[in-house]
Amino acid sequence: MRAAYFDVDGTIVGSNLLYPTLHYIRNQASPVDSARRLGKLALQAPFLLVAELRDRRMFNEQLFSHFAGMTEDRLVCLADEVFEDVFEPRIFKGARGLLDKCRDAGMRIVFVTGALDVSVAPLAKHLGADAVIANRLEMKEGKATGRLLRPVVAGPSKARVIVEDARVHGHDLAECQAYSDSESDVPMMSVVGHPFCVNPDGGLRALARSYDWPILDLDREAAGGRSRLRLPFGFYAPERRG
Amino acid sequence: MSNHPCVVTIDHRSKPRVLFSGTKLVEVDLPVGTRVVYPKPPMKGLPDVKAAIRYAIAHPENSEPLFTKLEPGMKVTIAIDDISLPLPPMQSPDVRQQVLEVVLPLLADYGVTDIHIIVATCLHRPMTADEIKHAVGKSIFQKFWPTRLYNHDAEKPGGLTRLGVTDEGDVVEINTRAAESDLVIYVNLNFVPMDGGHKSVAVGLCGYESLRSHHNPYAIRESNSYMDPERSELNHRVVRMGRLVNRRMNVFTIETTINNDMFGEGLGFLAKNEDELGPNEERALKALIRTLEFLPAKARQAIFEKIPAPYAVTGVFAGETEAVHAKTIAKCFEQYCVPAGGQADIVVYGVPYISPYNVGAHLNPLLVSCMIQGYLHNLYRGAPLVRKGGTVIAFHPCTDQFDPDQHPAYVEFVHRFLPITRDATRLHKEFEDEFRKHPGFIQLYRTGEAYHPAHPFYMWYWGENGRQHIGRVIIVGADNQYIPELLGYETAPTFADALRMAKETAPANPDIACLRICPFVMVDVEPDAAPKQIAGEAK
Repeated sequence: MRAAYFDVDGTIVGSNLLYPTLHYIRNQASPVDSARRLGKLALQAPFLLVAELRDRRMFNEQLFSHFAGMTEDRLVCLADEVFEDVFEPRIFKGARGLLDKCRDAGMRIVFVTGALDVSVAPLAKHLGADAVIANRLEMKEGKATGRLLRPVVAGPSKARVIVEDARVHGHDLAECQAYSDSESDVPMMSVVGHPFCVNPDGGLRALARSYDWPILDLDREAAGGRSRLRLPFGFYAPERRG
Repeated sequence: MSNHPCVVTIDHRSKPRVLFSGTKLVEVDLPVGTRVVYPKPPMKGLPDVKAAIRYAIAHPENSEPLFTKLEPGMKVTIAIDDISLPLPPMQSPDVRQQVLEVVLPLLADYGVTDIHIIVATCLHRPMTADEIKHAVGKSIFQKFWPTRLYNHDAEKPGGLTRLGVTDEGDVVEINTRAAESDLVIYVNLNFVPMDGGHKSVAVGLCGYESLRSHHNPYAIRESNSYMDPERSELNHRVVRMGRLVNRRMNVFTIETTINNDMFGEGLGFLAKNEDELGPNEERALKALIRTLEFLPAKARQAIFEKIPAPYAVTGVFAGETEAVHAKTIAKCFEQYCVPAGGQADIVVYGVPYISPYNVGAHLNPLLVSCMIQGYLHNLYRGAPLVRKGGTVIAFHPCTDQFDPDQHPAYVEFVHRFLPITRDATRLHKEFEDEFRKHPGFIQLYRTGEAYHPAHPFYMWYWGENGRQHIGRVIIVGADNQYIPELLGYETAPTFADALRMAKETAPANPDIACLRICPFVMVDVEPDAAPKQIAGEAK
């Protein structure tokens, strides 16, 4: 059996890690707590920007430190809302068709994402993923410490977790596929036999042209259709009309 | 030996012949006695194309006139040929636009409003919005695109309807919108004789399950040639499936033929005998050869491709599919076929920059193979121009380069499967079925500009009868060794070297012929009465 490994943010959905994080922070038990956390996040924004540009793992660790003190049951409760408000409206038009074709071809579908396991679980269920490899928050006495459990799923470590997953499930990596939008996922795409770039950022697009890696646009439903403008840092312009 | 004016025999006074080598032109000193076959001059176009269209649909072949088939409120699908025809794209107005400009008002007059126009791409790449606009005209495009004018999608869930199975077991599946329509009007542009007829609907609007009946190495091996419908197994299988389509669906066929005026006045000297060029034409030809030498590849491609061809419409026929197609084919052969005499031991081809499968892209290695052993080899009636076991010398750089948007699946085919085997039957049996389901490549076919992942296999099968027939292929001008090796070819640095190599396995005083394509030309070849003795046996 073969597997298809999918990055999630920017690949299957037009979102990034900030969207669900903001949703969680905005929906704390008390408005004061939400305001305090938002303020802290705003103050740290420049550091997050630097981290995003330099090291995706550092970015993930800094971003998820803002979950410190959130209770586990609240994280689970809000996950469905995150799916409905953040992920579902942003699922790319062509994503479901691609996942269906992977399933029809007998492939095991695995989401490999830097997002939190709890927040991405409803999306995975909705799209029929067979497994999710995601970041996990460290919990102590029912509350998040703000630290991530090892291995942190980001950049090069995505390649390691894919190799391990393939070994456990008996996949031949040369026959496996990987889909991602980001240059930071080049290691993950390099370990499989069939890498695909999806709505790629500038760096990955240039690399794809050099290596003859196919480039997909999942924001289109049919050939000749339009896709939304991709903005820096994984943001997307609103859908164009007409 | 042919006395036709388009067949020129090289003598001591002959100038070098100018042949395509991809996007470049090369001058080749052919040996004395070589037969060079040129295309016929372009036939005269119809003086009033729209009048001819009106006449054809009002006086159809073996069918009631189109207007008698129309009723208010009926569901009509118009299917049109895709961008693979003609080559290069024709000057505006495209003949498809002209037909639509006659047919759509007629439908409106009879109260038909439920109309969809589908580009019959089958597993070819989807046409882009701009290409479709060029083919149908701005006003029709603005009215119908994208909800009622779109590309056929053979992978759309529920997009195909099974019409039935032939007695021979062929599964016939057709685009659901067309299958559910009260009337299907097919607007064809018959560029080469393998186009049109039942192939239009039964292939253009079908999916993989139907294609597998005829797009396979066995059908191609039995086709002699696939440009001669009567002797094409590929065509026979398509016909039996098309007959089932026409029994289940109400199909009205409109076919058009064009002449071979590929270059117009500006580059018209490329179609002429080099010995008959005037001084200005000769200077222009030399200047073009030199210019192409120093221009980058993309600019060279653009020179030939961005200038639409001034093809003229030579015939319009409408009505029942087979009756229409018989007239169309006769018109095609009238333009293309040149009596070329007998077979040759060594045949020389210049491989041009263009094929039906790389409009807007360069000719990648797999398409080079498809051209040499496929298209060019099959441009005959009677017998192949090259004798069985003979040698083909072809000019092309064979650059290891693929268009990332159009041919992503080709990269894997050439670099993953061909190193394992060149055996078309093994590729068909072992690798085709899994690869054609490749989700990423299917997504690129459905929403991008890519050919379906099954298509590179078909391109290899397209050369199968040539592969079984030709003894050796020697490439002159290759910029690398490994691509020709992968394709099963030898290489030579110069034409003189290639000729020396070819003569090693040819009879003494071999017959040498050169097919001077482009524009498009076919040869009528008389088969040998008895097999010739080859050099090795004589010793």
